Amino acid sequence: MRMIQRTNISKQKIILIRLISVLLSLMTASLFLQFMGHHPLEVFASLAIGAFGSAYRLRETLTTSIPLVVTSIGIMIAFKMKFWNIGGEGQILMGAFAASYIALNYSELPKPLLLTLMFFAGFLGGGMWALIPALLKVHLGTNETIITLMLNYVAIKWVTYLQYGPWKDPNGMGFPQIATFEPNAILPKVFGVHIGWIIAIFIVLAISFLLAKTKKGFEISVIGESIDTARYAGMNVKHVIVAAIILSGGICGIVGMMEASGVNRTLSSNVSSGYGFTAIITTWLSGLKASIIIPVSILFAGLIKGGSFIQTAYGIPQSASDVLQALILFFIIGSEFFVQYRLVPSTAKEEL
Amino acid sequence: MHKDIFVKMENISKNFGTVRANDAVSFEVRKGEIHALLGENGAGKSTLMNMLSGIYKPDSGFIYIHGQKVTFQSPKESIQMGIGMIHQHVKLVEVQTARDNIIMGLKNSFFVKKKKISEELRAKAQHFGLAVDPDKKIYNMSIGEKQSVEILKVLYRGADILIMDEPTAVLTPQETKELFVIMRKMAEDGCAIIIITHKLNEVMEISDRVTVLRHGSTVGTLETKHTTPKEMTDLMVGAVTDLSIKRPKVHRGKAVLEIKDLVAEDTDHVPVLKNLSFNLFEGEILGVAGVSGSGQKELCEAIAGLYPVKNGEILYEKENLIGMSPRDIIRRGISMSFIPEDRLGMGLVASMDMVDNFLLKEYHNQKGPFIRRNTMVPHCEEMIRRLDIRTPGIHHPVKQLSGGNIQKVLIGREIDTNPHVLITAYAVRGLDIGASHNIYDLINEQKRKGVGILFIGEDLDVLMELCDRIMVLCEGEITGIVNSEEVTKEELGLMMAGEKIKIEGGEAS
Amino acid sequence: MNTSFLVAAVIASTPLLLATLGELLTEKAGHLNLGVEGMMLLGAVAGFAAGYYTNDPLLAIIGAGAAGGLGGLIFGFLTITLRANHTVSGLTLTIFGTGVSSFAGTTFIGKKMSAEFIEFFNPVAIPVLSKIPVLGPMLFNQDFFVYLALVLAVLLGIYLYRTRYGVNLIAVGENPGAADASGIHVELYKYIHVVFGGALCGLGGAYLATVDVPQWQEQITAGRGWIAIALVIFVSWNPYKAILGALLFGGLSIVGFRLQQLNVSQNLLDALPYLVTILVLVISSFKQSKENAPPKALGSPYFREER
Repeated sequence: MRMIQRTNISKQKIILIRLISVLLSLMTASLFLQFMGHHPLEVFASLAIGAFGSAYRLRETLTTSIPLVVTSIGIMIAFKMKFWNIGGEGQILMGAFAASYIALNYSELPKPLLLTLMFFAGFLGGGMWALIPALLKVHLGTNETIITLMLNYVAIKWVTYLQYGPWKDPNGMGFPQIATFEPNAILPKVFGVHIGWIIAIFIVLAISFLLAKTKKGFEISVIGESIDTARYAGMNVKHVIVAAIILSGGICGIVGMMEASGVNRTLSSNVSSGYGFTAIITTWLSGLKASIIIPVSILFAGLIKGGSFIQTAYGIPQSASDVLQALILFFIIGSEFFVQYRLVPSTAKEEL
Repeated sequence: MHKDIFVKMENISKNFGTVRANDAVSFEVRKGEIHALLGENGAGKSTLMNMLSGIYKPDSGFIYIHGQKVTFQSPKESIQMGIGMIHQHVKLVEVQTARDNIIMGLKNSFFVKKKKISEELRAKAQHFGLAVDPDKKIYNMSIGEKQSVEILKVLYRGADILIMDEPTAVLTPQETKELFVIMRKMAEDGCAIIIITHKLNEVMEISDRVTVLRHGSTVGTLETKHTTPKEMTDLMVGAVTDLSIKRPKVHRGKAVLEIKDLVAEDTDHVPVLKNLSFNLFEGEILGVAGVSGSGQKELCEAIAGLYPVKNGEILYEKENLIGMSPRDIIRRGISMSFIPEDRLGMGLVASMDMVDNFLLKEYHNQKGPFIRRNTMVPHCEEMIRRLDIRTPGIHHPVKQLSGGNIQKVLIGREIDTNPHVLITAYAVRGLDIGASHNIYDLINEQKRKGVGILFIGEDLDVLMELCDRIMVLCEGEITGIVNSEEVTKEELGLMMAGEKIKIEGGEAS
Repeated sequence: MNTSFLVAAVIASTPLLLATLGELLTEKAGHLNLGVEGMMLLGAVAGFAAGYYTNDPLLAIIGAGAAGGLGGLIFGFLTITLRANHTVSGLTLTIFGTGVSSFAGTTFIGKKMSAEFIEFFNPVAIPVLSKIPVLGPMLFNQDFFVYLALVLAVLLGIYLYRTRYGVNLIAVGENPGAADASGIHVELYKYIHVVFGGALCGLGGAYLATVDVPQWQEQITAGRGWIAIALVIFVSWNPYKAILGALLFGGLSIVGFRLQQLNVSQNLLDALPYLVTILVLVISSFKQSKENAPPKALGSPYFREER
């Protein structure tokens, strides 16, 4: 058996391979569930109901999908240039930190102005946090995977420090938490979900437009495919990379602002809730395409929310839905091989 | 078979798709012999040796090693039969010592007996005259030392047939002398050595016999002491073939590019361009001949602003291009395209369509932050017509096109930018006659428009017919600039091998 | 700096050391496995379960190693045979391990190991050596796991730098093409070391669950897996230095409340390992230091030149 790289693969084949892998993963999960004495189809159905089964639940799922969608878009920009930004968590938190600073200190400002300032602060916070690994990569060639990963934990510890220390709420009855934001600093709701969903749609459209129709977007795509070709075309590769990564981190920072202001109504180390990591998976699964990121993120949010439902309904702990997530992912990650290569018998004629 | 015939390749043929890389090649090497394998680029030398080292399998023919018929399934089997290949680019682990690199993969004692093995290696190295310090780390070594480690490695593993692929390409003249002493010692010891080279003077100096390959076939095996460089060149380049390429007479204009004393070094501070001086005129095609790796790529990149220049000037309309950004150089009307061996890497983005690839050189001229793709569509369609490009559609990724058509897209795009200077390297690499002629016609059209064209190519016949003048590069130096009507193919071959014959026909200004 | 603190620091360093050694081996083979946290948790729950139900310390250790190794095997299969992206595969393994561990551990919440089990892991004083001032109690009056970790570190150092397998392994991680051409079975080396690396991570997790904490709780590793990844870089992939590095980071993690008078927040101290690691990486990029650099082929899938 030898493996040969495919030159061409039809869209149908790709979808088929992915579907088979999802099916296989569900079958494995079913075995697992049956072993525990549950009826797999019942459980899967409840998962779906828990995620989408009522207006309330749908709103909850969509609320959860907002940060996933936006973070994924942010990470997608970096990934398109083969810059492995796994610092989404940290960029979200630093964005939340910057936005919270404005929220806590300037709450007398009129609401629209305050929220706008917080929005930009969020972008700056995340963007600057991503600038560090970007500069290091572009000028020193340092491995961005590790740096962005480490910066996550620095950010988490920083926010925790603020929570326990200088920003600790004196009215918090001794609990280590930061004061809740004034109503002025809280995102309003539209249709029962905080305004973040409109921001999210806007960001998706804006970034899709940027990548498809502007010069900078064109440059990002070319650099991601072939740095040599980009150089030969006269592009200033370093500038484009740094600018794109700042954008990537900035978008994650906006998520931080939205979560802090719209969901948590304060700053805490929980604001990022693992979205930075989950988004890496959703981005990768979506094949770095903005249009696919939305449904995939909603599905993932559904998995998360559905998981807490089956916890109360069947006594199956939340962690089971994490395991299910991971199983689906393993199979899809593995299926990528079959999309890229095909197997042929070893005696096949050699081709240059 | 005589036991002294270590290697015998009989009627070996190898095809890659429709390309016949080796055609009934027969060739043998004896014990204690240094046998040179000579030929131009694409003559089939590397392919032939890759079959000996187990990377490729012959489509037909036989290989005998030490009289035994063999079929290698993998490089490991070739190594086991005593064949040691020294590649041009060393395969060593930089952070490990020479000793570790030599012993890795061998079945030894559990604990590495560092002292004992180092001593053994030192002794063996001394025997052959190799300057190898077993305890030294590879990253601390010069290229010559690294090559010595590779040689010691194959000898330590029991090789008695050595294949050396252009070993002197990376060595200084002094190191080359030392290498030859080592090679003679190995031959004395009974090894059979095959050296792939294009350098005639080295063939004369070190080899006992030489086999010349041309277009995949053996054209002759000569005793070195009975032959001359001229005879070898004749065999290498063959008779002149008439390709019927038109060469329109165009009145030459002013010098559009003036290169003065251009010096460039690579990252290891090895000089790659050594005091190049020449002019390119409007309305002329200046061909650049030379063995690959003589500095053509670096010259192209230097003019385009993509390679750091140490000294000298590149004047375009009296303005020095050195220090300008690549974008500015493109803006001034200088177009550079380079077709690498894998044909895709540098000019085109494989997964993008023709429109986007055409945009690569144009988009920065469009005003505003947005990209307008529809303006490019008529350009693409025009090029498809003129060059007869076979494509499923202008919106299909270019990687779906066949190799020749991909190159047409690349050249088409460059011409579409209406350059003032057109630099094109290996534009017809791998193309068939019809496609090649399309490209020559395009280039001639540009010449009639008054564009100054620098045409880097491999095929001497093409250069002699298409170009007005030909400049020959060898190891970063100009060994000759001649009028194509006044030079013979043998003279070109000799200049490519390093002989400085004449510099005429063009330095009027 | 009193002795009892140092003794505690060694104990805190042990799970870190084991996980670091495991990830070190994996990375030497050219694979960056971000699933350390997941493998530690798998080992934690497996070790705890084995020990809880059988009261046999040996089975607990074997169980932990097997679970961690299984995690390594999943990662290995994905990244070695299927040439999958290391980052995504490793992160998924973390999600998987965390989930499985939480799930399987729900029955154990709040429970501890039996007294006789714990007895096996009481500190054992090594005669003579344990009487040395300071170093004695630190290194020679500890429990079995601590000794295991220290011995493993030394053994791995010897393996890497003095045996022919070590030579081969380094080649595999630096230049798999050269290794392959020299006759080394690249895939086999990768599999063995990725799986064994996972097993070591599992052991690290088991120590926390069965001896160190020692009650079962969710997320018992509390992020140590990520610190281990940082540690590998910090100690430049050197098992001997790992002992010191683990001690340093382990000590940092417990020094917090001893420094309360100085008003230094434990949270900021917790950030130090990560900051320091970033610094180390930046400096080594600056100096282009070949000796302390990551294995050259780290993270790249290997394809033999199939022509």
